[in-house]
Order: sequence, then C-alpha cells, then structure tokens
Amino acid sequence: MTVAPPLLEVDALSVEVLRRHAGSFLAVDGVSFCVKAGGAFGVVGESGSGKSLMLRALAAVLPNAATAVGGSVRLAGRQLPHTGRAARRERRGRMAMVFQDPLSALDPVHSVGWQIAEVPRKVLGRAAGESRRRAVELLSLVGIPDAASRADAFPHQLSGGMRQRVAIAMALAAEPELLLCDEPTTALDVTVQAQILELLDGLRRRLGLAVVLVSHDLAVVRDLCTDVAVMYTGRVVERGTAEQLIDDPRHPYTRGLIDAAIELDDAAAPPRPIGGSIPDPMQLPPGCSFEPRCPLATSACAESVPVLEEVGAGRVSACIHHQLLAAR
Amino acid sequence: MAGCAITGAIVLLVLLAPVIAPNPLSQNLLDTFSGPSTAHFFGTDDLGRDVFARLLYAGRTDIEVGVLAVLTPLVTGTILGTLTGYYGGWFDAIVMRVVDVVLAFPFYVLILALVFVVGEGTRGIYIAFALTDWVVYARTVRSATLVARGQEWVAAARGGGIGDRRLLLRHMLPNTVSQAIVYVMSDVVFVILAVVTLGYLGVGIQPPTPDWGTMIAEGQGFITIHPWLATVPGIAVVLTGLGFSLLGDGLADLLRPTP
Repeated sequence: MTVAPPLLEVDALSVEVLRRHAGSFLAVDGVSFCVKAGGAFGVVGESGSGKSLMLRALAAVLPNAATAVGGSVRLAGRQLPHTGRAARRERRGRMAMVFQDPLSALDPVHSVGWQIAEVPRKVLGRAAGESRRRAVELLSLVGIPDAASRADAFPHQLSGGMRQRVAIAMALAAEPELLLCDEPTTALDVTVQAQILELLDGLRRRLGLAVVLVSHDLAVVRDLCTDVAVMYTGRVVERGTAEQLIDDPRHPYTRGLIDAAIELDDAAAPPRPIGGSIPDPMQLPPGCSFEPRCPLATSACAESVPVLEEVGAGRVSACIHHQLLAAR
Repeated sequence: MAGCAITGAIVLLVLLAPVIAPNPLSQNLLDTFSGPSTAHFFGTDDLGRDVFARLLYAGRTDIEVGVLAVLTPLVTGTILGTLTGYYGGWFDAIVMRVVDVVLAFPFYVLILALVFVVGEGTRGIYIAFALTDWVVYARTVRSATLVARGQEWVAAARGGGIGDRRLLLRHMLPNTVSQAIVYVMSDVVFVILAVVTLGYLGVGIQPPTPDWGTMIAEGQGFITIHPWLATVPGIAVVLTGLGFSLLGDGLADLLRPTP
C-alpha cells in the first residue's frame, strides 16, 4: 500500500528578482512545505519577506521582473512547470488565487457576473447559460445577498468586503482544489476581515478545498490555518503547527512577531516592536539574516546561514540558539 | 453640453450646406466685395463668390479631412500602445524610440516635409498624419496599459487561464481605449488647425475647393478694406476648435473610469 502524496509539495522553491542596473537577488530562497488535501497552511512574514512572490510562483503568475529559478512544485505528486503556457495549463482547474487588494482585483469595465463566468465559459468550455448560473450560484455561496441581481453590478458599485467576496467567487469559478490567498484581508476593515476569514474557513470545510494563506498577521493565520511557516528575507525560519509556533516559538523572529502584535485585552503587555528593519535583499548578512536585529545573536550567528533543524515533533527552526527559547 | 451644442450646430450647418447656401464656386465679377447683406450673408469675395457658401463648404472639407485623418493614427497608435505596454521588451524599446524621434521633430516641419514629399492636397494630408500622429496615441495607450497591467485582475485572469489575446481584447483595450478616444477630440481640433494652416501656406487643400486656410490666405490681401473675408473663416476655425475641445472634456468626464 502506498501513501497518497500530499496535495501540494513545495521543495526548495527559489524566486529571483531582477533589478534594473542593479543585478538580481533571491527574493524567495529555498522554501519548502507541504499542504494536505483540504488542509490550511499559513505563511507569515513582514513586507519584503518574499511571501507574496512565493505564492505567485506557486500560481505561475510572477511579475515580469521575477523568475522561479529553482526547486519544485508538485500537485498531487505531479511536478508542475514554473512558467509558460504549460505551467498555466497544468494549474488550470486545480489552483486559483485570491489577491490582496480587492480594489484592483476586479476588471472595472465588466460586471462581476460576467467576470466570474468568464473562466468557466472560456477556459473550462461551459455553455454561456450554465456559466452564468454558476456565477450566481458562486456569488450566493460566498455570502452575497440577492446574488442574481448583484451579478449585474460593476465592481465600483460594491464595497471592499463585497469585492473580496467576488474575487473569491472568481477564484472558485476555476473549480480549484487549492486556493492561494495573498493577504486576502489586509485591505479590509477589521469586522469585514473576520467575515472573510470565516468564509474561507467555511469554504474549506464544505468544498474540501486546501488553502494556502499568506499574511503578515499571525492572528489571521492562527484563526484559519493548522500549519504555519514563518518567512524572513525569502527563507523559512520556522515551521510547525500554528499552536506550536504561537504558544512556544523556537525562533527569535517568530517570538518578535508575537511580541510585536497588539493585544487589545492585555494592557499589561504593550506591543514590543522588533528593533531595526529588514535588510537590503541585495546585501544580506553572511550568516543568519535576522542576526543584526536578533536579541540572542552571538558571533556564531554571523558565520553561516543556519539550516532548518528539527526542534520537536514535526517542527523545524533555523535558529542555532533555539534551545534558549525552549527553556523560557 | 456646450461642446455638444457648438459642435452639433457646426456639423449640422456644414451638412446642410447644399440646401441653405448657393454654389460656392460660382463667380460673379460684377458683384465683388459686396458687404454682408441678406442676399450674401457674409458678403462676396474678390471673385464675387458667396463667402457664406464658401465658409460652409470649406467647413465640410476641413472637418471631414480632420476626422478622417485621425482615424488611422488612432487605430495604429492604440494597437502599438497596447502591444508595447503589455509585452514590453525589445519591441517596446524600438517602438518607443521611434516615438521619441517623431516627437523630437517640430510637428509642422515634419508635416510640411511629408506633404511636400507625398504631394499636396488631401492625400498628402492623410498620409502625413498617418505617419506621424500615431505616436501620441501609442504613448497614451501604452502608459494606460502599463497601469492596467500592474493591476491584480490581470494576474487573476492570467492565473485563471485566460489567454493573452482575449486578455488584451476584452480586458485591456476596454480599460485603456477611453483615454485615446478622449484625445481624439483634441486631436481633431489639432488636425483641423493643421489642415487650415497647410491650406493657408498653399500646400493643403487646393483651390478652387474652398478651405478655411485658403480663404484666410486669399482674404488677407484685402484685410484693411474688406476685413470680413479673412475674419469670418478665422472665427469659424476658432468656434470649431472650441466645440470639439469642449466635447472632448465632456467625454473625458463621462468616460473617466470609476475606481
């Protein structure tokens, strides 16, 4: 008996970004993780940690200046090409992406129903009437009231939260098994954020979708995901279950992210920002890239790039001082 | 609104020219330089031709040439702008360098040179504008395309499996072409002015076909004694320019994309 492979296996994925007249750098550097069918995986990091580019590489929609240069992406055991027509063909109907900014995620000149029906009609080859019915169905599935008449609305007639729901419906129209969400709640009000997260969680449970959620907000990821990777300067620095990482972080950067979060109900613990800022990706420190900002840094940290080490059941950390954190 | 009214009135008048005005070419050498009267609305010129009739027929020619001359540049410029903005790369670099070169020339020098090469009259005008005027459309549409391409819906559509051709025709163009269409209105004014200027310089529409430029040029000699000959076509040019410009402004407000 063979064990079925996980739905998504990302192995040592790297993305190189070209800067005009300045050379290139690895914005994503050897990222690996797995997602089970129906699972929810979170990727957390600051702006510039490469998490969005990593997600775009998975969906084969990298911007022109960025190229996937190494590693592999396997979907249900089958390796997917990184670029080109074949890359998009093999992802078709299998993975779809929800973007960060609902204001620019919809084409302003077409009605939302038309946009949702476009992929079923033009890509999946469904009949026009069926596609239209499907669009209305999806709109009500994502919680838009009065879906049949809202299908004729244009993006500018809808609120930000509504547009994000439409964007999710558009992604679902491609009939994916895997939904890639790039900061789907960042541009929304807090109350709407909670609704969208609840919607994503509900869709995952009902449709058996697997979700990869990228966010800078640990709380968002904790609400939705079972497993989490923390990224810094394009590298995964810690990976494990959401509980493990948040209750007992084993990397000082994860610790820093948790301490920097604002806790409304706990006035006694004011947020403590991480000192310093993310290094220039063209001039990363020779050793651990977090070393210049790290409270635990020693001279050993600056010597070589630390590798991910197993630090517990099913969890890894790229900090050579992870025992110091465990002891606390 | 005002733009619509002015442009509509002018277009209507010149279209009705055969109905409301006498033959613009018939001369009456016994009745030259007659001042404005009920028989001759704006009087007659040095050959006894009715100035009102000539004015309307000139408008017919100039507006027709103006509108037709911008069509080719509009189409080629929009296509080139969309392709360069979307694909970028060496094609973009080459086309944009050509645009820079064309824009670097003083416009009238270029147009005059081209009209001299290909020949005077309407054919020369059409060819000269087809060769030069597309650059503005290419630039406008290219920058609009660059902006649109950075939007997430483009990545979403590509990720969803929508092909390049469909993406360009059904998504990019409807988003970018409005800018070109708004510019068309200003461009018509510009081209009409250019046609009038060429006529004035004697290399545009050739006599005896009436044209505002040649009318101004012919009336200029009598400006001190019979001022209406040059003034009336001048005012017609100004009014037409104003009408199309206002129309363009109104259209711009109407087509401005709602975010």
